[in-house]
Amino acid sequence: MPLFDFTFGLGILDAITSSAGFMVVAKNFTYFLGGAWYTLFITALSVAMGMVLGLFAGLGKLSKNKIIYGISTAYIDFFRGTPLFVQIFLLYFGILPLFYDNDSLSSAIIALGLNSGAYIAEILRAGIQAIDKGQMEAARSLGMNERQAMVLVILPQAFKVVIPPLINEFIALLKDSSLVSAITVAELMHRGDLVFANTYQATWVFGTISILYLVMTKTISLLGDYAERRLATE
Amino acid sequence: MIKVVDVHKSFGKLEVLKGINFNVAPREVVCVIGPSGSGKSTLLRCINQLERVDRGHIYIDGEELTDPKTDINAIRQQVGMVFQLFNLFPHKTTLENITLAPVKIKGVDKDQADEQAMELLRKVGLVDKAHVYPNKLSGGQKQRVAIARALAMQPKVMLFDEPTSALDPEMVGEVLTVMKDLATEGMTMVVVTHEMGLAREVGDRVVFMDEGQIVEEGLPSQIFDNPPNPRTQSFLSKVLSI
Repeated sequence: MPLFDFTFGLGILDAITSSAGFMVVAKNFTYFLGGAWYTLFITALSVAMGMVLGLFAGLGKLSKNKIIYGISTAYIDFFRGTPLFVQIFLLYFGILPLFYDNDSLSSAIIALGLNSGAYIAEILRAGIQAIDKGQMEAARSLGMNERQAMVLVILPQAFKVVIPPLINEFIALLKDSSLVSAITVAELMHRGDLVFANTYQATWVFGTISILYLVMTKTISLLGDYAERRLATE
Repeated sequence: MIKVVDVHKSFGKLEVLKGINFNVAPREVVCVIGPSGSGKSTLLRCINQLERVDRGHIYIDGEELTDPKTDINAIRQQVGMVFQLFNLFPHKTTLENITLAPVKIKGVDKDQADEQAMELLRKVGLVDKAHVYPNKLSGGQKQRVAIARALAMQPKVMLFDEPTSALDPEMVGEVLTVMKDLATEGMTMVVVTHEMGLAREVGDRVVFMDEGQIVEEGLPSQIFDNPPNPRTQSFLSKVLSI
């Protein structure tokens, strides 16, 4: 008896590659890759929007101005306190049509951006508050105004503190972007759903989709580790 | 140079400063001593408007800080502050710590600011540490960088808030040396300190504070050797006997 039956191994491989599920995945793989690309695109734009909104809302929550504080708090509370799925439907079918002839892609990005902005605001606020208050005092004592001290001294330090939670948020957002398949954005989940509906190969189709999501989220987390190492002042 | 008139300050119900009157002449070195909680640090922080006063007036070089119309940032540029815990910017190198404010706030040319910073580092004996980050410096070195950083704005007055209190004993000397040099050069200084040696050696005047009031002030020799007030006597007997 040989140590490893090579023909047996080939037999399994053969069985797999000739299975119906594999054929479905192989036939649609570039279609899925296109969906993954779509997912990345949506996530990137939503994250960019979320970062800008989050910075303003996060600083707004630290503001002594009651109106700015109130608006920021209301925004954060709403988008953290209601389901993203509901927000997507509310914006796509309800609110955005009042402003423009909205399509599903831009609506999806706006919904995800608004949602992640609320989470990023809280992350940035916590990061800013984690910086020792002596830093602000030292900056002010050198003659910086509050904005200069924030931009030159506090935010660069806060940014370093918030990298791990921000990476978490980016990963969560990328995964949550699958929800916009419900408003027919042709991203990864939506394409998986379409192929599944035609083939019923649930394990093969959603297994492949899962792996593609995993590759994307793992890449983000590795990039985060790299950024963290680069910014370490050692 | 500094004029403090009837300054009151409370934190909640606790009245920390109960009507302080206090003057500092140009080139004068005033050491403020007193037990913890006596309000000496708060007074210093009020002079730099890191704390707002509830009542009273503070003038620096004739300009009233407590006037809401005054550009407080412009005045702060002329008042250097050194903190007990250094408060160096950890994301900047030693050199960048010193040049940040001159370049970004005053608009000094980068090369010129670098040159000036190196000059200041030479003065505090840390030229070789120009390109390291603060976490690689000892406490004494950090405080000397902090002094250089404050000096880079070419202030008219330097305020020191217990500059040696957070240092290991063997680090105190190097910081005091820098401060003594500054005093000799004629810098106007207000130093909140527990270093009686410094007060005695370079202080033109010693102010003793207790419970939010200035109890007495005078020449160092007078205060240390022959304090008229019993509260000063009791404080000094505790501090100097160690």
